Amino acid sequence: MSIQPILEVEDFSKTFMLHEQGKELPSSHSVFLKAYPGRLTALIGPTGAGKSTVLKGIYRTYLPSSGRMMFTAENGQQIDLASADEHQILELRKDEIGFVTQFLHTLPRQSTEDVVAMPLIKKGMDRTVAIEKAREILGQLNLPERLWGVSPATFSGGEKQRVNLARGLLAQPRLLLLDEPTASLDPKTTDRVVDLIQNLKSTGTAMIAIFHDMDLVERLADEVVELEPPVGTENFFNSSNEVA
Amino acid sequence: MSNEKVLEVRNLSKVYGKGCLKCFESTGPEHNTNICPHCGSVVAAHNISFDLYKGEVLGIMGESGSGKSTSVKNLFFDENPTSGQAIFFDEGKQYDLFNLNAQQKRHLRNHRFGMVYQNPVLGLNFNVSAGGNIAERLLMSSLSNYSEIRERAIELLRRTEVLTERMDEMPKNFSGGMQQRVQIAKALATNPPLLFLDEVTTGLDLSVQAAILDLIMEIQRESDTAMIAVTHDLGVIRLLAGRTIVMKYGRIIETGLTDQILEDPQDAYTQRLVASAL
Repeated sequence: MSIQPILEVEDFSKTFMLHEQGKELPSSHSVFLKAYPGRLTALIGPTGAGKSTVLKGIYRTYLPSSGRMMFTAENGQQIDLASADEHQILELRKDEIGFVTQFLHTLPRQSTEDVVAMPLIKKGMDRTVAIEKAREILGQLNLPERLWGVSPATFSGGEKQRVNLARGLLAQPRLLLLDEPTASLDPKTTDRVVDLIQNLKSTGTAMIAIFHDMDLVERLADEVVELEPPVGTENFFNSSNEVA
Repeated sequence: MSNEKVLEVRNLSKVYGKGCLKCFESTGPEHNTNICPHCGSVVAAHNISFDLYKGEVLGIMGESGSGKSTSVKNLFFDENPTSGQAIFFDEGKQYDLFNLNAQQKRHLRNHRFGMVYQNPVLGLNFNVSAGGNIAERLLMSSLSNYSEIRERAIELLRRTEVLTERMDEMPKNFSGGMQQRVQIAKALATNPPLLFLDEVTTGLDLSVQAAILDLIMEIQRESDTAMIAVTHDLGVIRLLAGRTIVMKYGRIIETGLTDQILEDPQDAYTQRLVASAL
């Protein structure tokens, strides 16, 4: 079997330059990983290993310090996400690459079903159809129906996370990045999420995920990449302690 | 957003004063000033370059005096640039903005561009009613029939949530937020493909700010209007802009995706700016 990776990350590193403190903070060092259609690559490693940094680097919320991230777009074009034009990244975010984080930033004036349906509406789907689909997935994730019409701003952590997941999964991107998507969910809801992720995988979506729970890695991962904290981070924390 | 370019700005510069050969090399962020020490001229903007695509909102962020408003005013013909080029792409045609005659400029301003100023006095005619302000702009375009114009004005005011019963009142009777809505309705009257927003929410109550931003986002969702939003407010940038330019002392010091500018700013100044947000 030889499936081609949709994303190939080669020697990715990220170091934050903190001008105010005059310090460099290495976050990820020399990361190699691949993501394949219909498969899930799990990132594991201790806190501080730069797992989230890798995901944010792929999404370009962080600018990579070095390395290549070759993404194969739907039209076959090879794009290095590390250096791609910003307009190109915005297009990919709209059509091909999704990100589900632990946090949800929404407007206090937007209803939950609108939040979930928005990626589909932006892609050009009819609003009523998109809302219908949003309701369906919110139901599958056990989010009480009375919450669908109100803003997620006041929701609990677990409820917000479900809204985030619903939005990310519903958009059916070609590559989905998941940063601890089940961190504050109960076991029953987590099982639902596992089912939904399996379903999405079977439609061909490639995933790169961080799970806090090794049991989930075993249930969902096809590949595992282990990260180590970059050398020098201990020094950073030590020297900052000395200053303080 | 599509891949159609609406605007291409290259090396736009604006100097207030007589200017000298040393103006550009003696000003900018590295000199901590935009005033030329040799001749006293103000370098309000220098080497401003960017592209804007259809349906995109570009944020221009910076403190007072950074040159962000100057850049936009040059593009809207409120000011004449000292040097530089700007090409506007519209319905298969290209317009070299700084080499047009007065009539061509007026045509673009009246029909293809929209502008919403921080100060409604600049964008509205205070001698005519709210409805009259919109009618003025419609009269300059194709509509000439009275009932058609009134119909369209009502539609626009309704969309911007101005009570249509008040359309025959003078703008001075309106609250600041309401004046801003009338300004937006007027700017949108001709369905312009390019909209400039210059500190549109500055100075308004928070709840009014939120409503105005909601309105702008709704317009952006419903139309393919490209927008340039000038603001010193990080919240406005976060909400509206996909990409952001950061300016200081007349220069662009950083440009990037908005979430990257806010979460991984590269320049020391941007890092300070983001860190000082509430």
